[in-house]
Amino acid sequence: MRRIALAICAGALILGVIWHAGLAKAAAQTAAPVEERYASPLELLLSPDGTRLYVLCQGADEVRVLHLATGAVLQTIPVGHVPRGFSFSADGERLFVANSWDDTVTVIDTKTGRVKATWAAGFEPSSVIEDRAGKLLYVADRIGNNITVLDAATGEQKTTLAAGRGASYLTMAADGSRLYATHVYPNPTTHRTPPKSEITVIDPARARVVDRMALPDIAGVFHLALSRDGRLGVAAELHPKNLVPMAQVEHGWMFGDTLTVFGADVGGSVEVPLDELDRYYAYPFGVAITQDKSRIYVTHGGSECVTVIDTKKLLAYIHAHPEPFAEDLSASAHYVVARIAVGKNPRGLLLSRDGARLYVANRLDDTISVIATRSSQVMHTIRLAGPEKVSALRRGEQTFYHAYAFQGQFGCSNCHIDSTFDGLQWDLEPDGFGKDIVDNRLLEDLRGTEPFKWNGGNPSIAVECGPRTEKYFWRSQTFDDRTLSDLVLYIRHLPLRPNRWRAANGELTPAQERGRTIFNRATDRLGQPIAERNRCAYCHSGPKGTNQKSFDVGTGKVTDNSGMLDTPQLMNVALTAPYLHDGSARSLEEIWTVYNPHDQHGRTNDLTKDELNDLIEYLRTR
Amino acid sequence: MKKTICMGILLIAGAVGLAAQSSARPTRKIHAATQLNGVPAMPRFRFENFTTANGLPDNHVFSVLVDGDRVWAGTENGLGVYEGGTWKTYTTADGLAHRAVLSLALDKRTGDVWAGTMGGLSRISAGRIDSFTQLNSGLSNDVVYGVAVEGENVWVAMAAGACRLNTRMGEWSLYNERNTPMTEIWAYGVSAAADKVYFAVWGSGLLELNQVTGVWDKYDDPDGENEMVLLKDQGLIHEITTSVSYVDGAVWVATYFGDSHYDGRHWHNFLTKDSGLPSNFTNTVKGIDRKRAWFGTDKGLAYFDGTNWAVYRPNLDTGKPEMSVRDAAGKVTEISVDTAPAHNYVLGIDFRGHDLWVATAKGLSHGIYQP
Repeated sequence: MRRIALAICAGALILGVIWHAGLAKAAAQTAAPVEERYASPLELLLSPDGTRLYVLCQGADEVRVLHLATGAVLQTIPVGHVPRGFSFSADGERLFVANSWDDTVTVIDTKTGRVKATWAAGFEPSSVIEDRAGKLLYVADRIGNNITVLDAATGEQKTTLAAGRGASYLTMAADGSRLYATHVYPNPTTHRTPPKSEITVIDPARARVVDRMALPDIAGVFHLALSRDGRLGVAAELHPKNLVPMAQVEHGWMFGDTLTVFGADVGGSVEVPLDELDRYYAYPFGVAITQDKSRIYVTHGGSECVTVIDTKKLLAYIHAHPEPFAEDLSASAHYVVARIAVGKNPRGLLLSRDGARLYVANRLDDTISVIATRSSQVMHTIRLAGPEKVSALRRGEQTFYHAYAFQGQFGCSNCHIDSTFDGLQWDLEPDGFGKDIVDNRLLEDLRGTEPFKWNGGNPSIAVECGPRTEKYFWRSQTFDDRTLSDLVLYIRHLPLRPNRWRAANGELTPAQERGRTIFNRATDRLGQPIAERNRCAYCHSGPKGTNQKSFDVGTGKVTDNSGMLDTPQLMNVALTAPYLHDGSARSLEEIWTVYNPHDQHGRTNDLTKDELNDLIEYLRTR
Repeated sequence: MKKTICMGILLIAGAVGLAAQSSARPTRKIHAATQLNGVPAMPRFRFENFTTANGLPDNHVFSVLVDGDRVWAGTENGLGVYEGGTWKTYTTADGLAHRAVLSLALDKRTGDVWAGTMGGLSRISAGRIDSFTQLNSGLSNDVVYGVAVEGENVWVAMAAGACRLNTRMGEWSLYNERNTPMTEIWAYGVSAAADKVYFAVWGSGLLELNQVTGVWDKYDDPDGENEMVLLKDQGLIHEITTSVSYVDGAVWVATYFGDSHYDGRHWHNFLTKDSGLPSNFTNTVKGIDRKRAWFGTDKGLAYFDGTNWAVYRPNLDTGKPEMSVRDAAGKVTEISVDTAPAHNYVLGIDFRGHDLWVATAKGLSHGIYQP
């Protein structure tokens, strides 16, 4: 009887694999779709006179200016590629836009709507804000992990301030005395220890970091809001639980969606949960506090809703519970007073001057929800111009950003923040505590890098996203066919972002050139031939730096089920620390200085430190 | 006659230039060396000394850095910061690369402090410490004797050569016997400016990197590696250099066998026998400008104002505070004082206005200027 059951299971498995292989083939045969550009509204601003709504349309590379009362488009201003943040100058006469893929800030004259200047601004500018005196311009650089400070009149770079890893969002205190920066990737920590993040506090007049507010257990901090009186601050964040097996998803042990609430009203800082006992509110992103401080609003990018918090109740609960309660999912019932359904992937939000209206940018359905704050009801929805048809690629993106998992805990984008990675290591398989720890990998330009999974066990994205991921999301439930094929299509077409270490003309610096020679060498320093399998360029061959085969490079741990590991691609490898399959190497250097004692991961122990540095300089150009 | 006029014009131009340079540096105070009863009026201080008894992390203080209202002390047991009358100590538990902090530098653009330790290089930024070692970064050696910040570059002197970290690109460039004239690789000190970077290399003299041309130059003792000074003022006093300070286009160099000054054209050397140096064994030198400098030796703290010398120390026999002044003619006058630096073995010097901060082998000293 058991044999029959096993046979049925095996048959089902084979059929499943064949079906998924078919899907994969279909996806592979699909030519790169020529996509109409969706607006993809990400952030919102209110004009200084309160009459116009500025919408940052990330997909269209535009700022659209809408009449606040009617929603009519007054102006469309082209900006740089993949804009991620914008703000007005202190005097309201200029609009600054951070263009994340162009590494620039666009300066727009708000009277004419014309672009006045485009300034270089670090690596992947994601947020921009001017100091109150109008002298300095602060830009959060996600890849640079810092805040670039520019002269607000000329764009000349003054300095760079070390921020958290993946510095992305800036908020100025109402009185202009402090600037707060958050970051989306956790700061480096010891392997297999809880993640750590920070809120970087800057004195904007002096361009100095004056404090770093610790956010223990947090990885992925998004927007931060401050009350007008400066006594209350709120940051939206993810609380991953990556040290326990992901098999615990049904117990809520995967992600918490929380706020860090801080300031004089709190008497310090405290992490508060937004989730409920049997329902999660994934990817808290935007946050706003009403002028009278009575309400806090939070968008949930993965749950298509806005959470409404009664501030008085929240503070009362905090003061009544001095012990940490971030894990207590019964807590939110004491201060969350409403959940308002909005569009897909809601991100930026904005309160009208009188606080009567809340505007929410729904990035993945090109709409803006207009909410009456008194009733917590959506009054109407502004539809932005763009393709009417929702393409398969767009549907795939919507799937990627939706929290499909059990009880809505998380979605793909929780671990692949803005379709990248999260800087964390996960215990994915239900094979025992601490077994097969795997580092997260970048999702860019994946075609030609198959198979997937660090053990090379998944031949295609369809299998990776299908049978494998479905297991984590639900245990038994599956994506429907169309949803899965859309998701596969989206992931297959995620583009490669520009490499910041390679010159635009492709020329290498002398150090990079020397490194390339080492990468391609066939003999060692002693003149001895290096076995083919021990050359960098053998396993990391081809344009993407992988021969798509698995090898034992001596980095397996006793907790790994196998030492055979898929050769990872090298594109943008500089961005994705930590390294190795389990994230045990904190830097590229440690791959060889610590984890290659027997030259199994390439012949490197004959290299001088200079040569190793050169090799790394070359790798960073890949 | 024409030659004399030209020389006169040049001297006046030089004097005007120096005056202009001085006026552009409001934070560096001038100790006026007027005469008082026939003795040059050299600066006087009341020394307040810090030890573990009043909060210093350790009495062995290798380095000191003034950072606005804060003072950082690199000790054998952690990095101390003195602010608002109290000490706070950073240790390896806070992320410091090693407990022994040998060198310190301030990034004036960001306010970050860089600490060279016996176990790597650390950046202290608003309480967060990021550490770079020879294993986790491109740093070539963990024993960091010297550190300097210039623009977006951090320059490092180590037991195995020197290196530069470009903080914007995260790029490490190493300098050693393979790509510079460094014959030994024991780099002890570094001083960096936008035009030139100097390294004091123990046994390899003084190295200069011209940042404009990218060309390295090397300054050696013209007498070679012997202890005799046959050619005084012909070049560097000795190959065993310990510290360098590049300021206003002039280089001050400390060695274990005397000290040197190079203004870009002429060398001038200082020995105990012909100057006011209390010892030829000099651990550190810190230039104020082209003309004036402070020296930390194994036998006390010394100041040179371009003509006269002053020495501040506990008496070598009795331990009682003493100050002596040596004028241009070589006449030495003892000045009665009530306080002295914590110890004669001086390893680090920094300034705040007229005040001094001095790292010694038995505590940190604050020299409070007495007008």
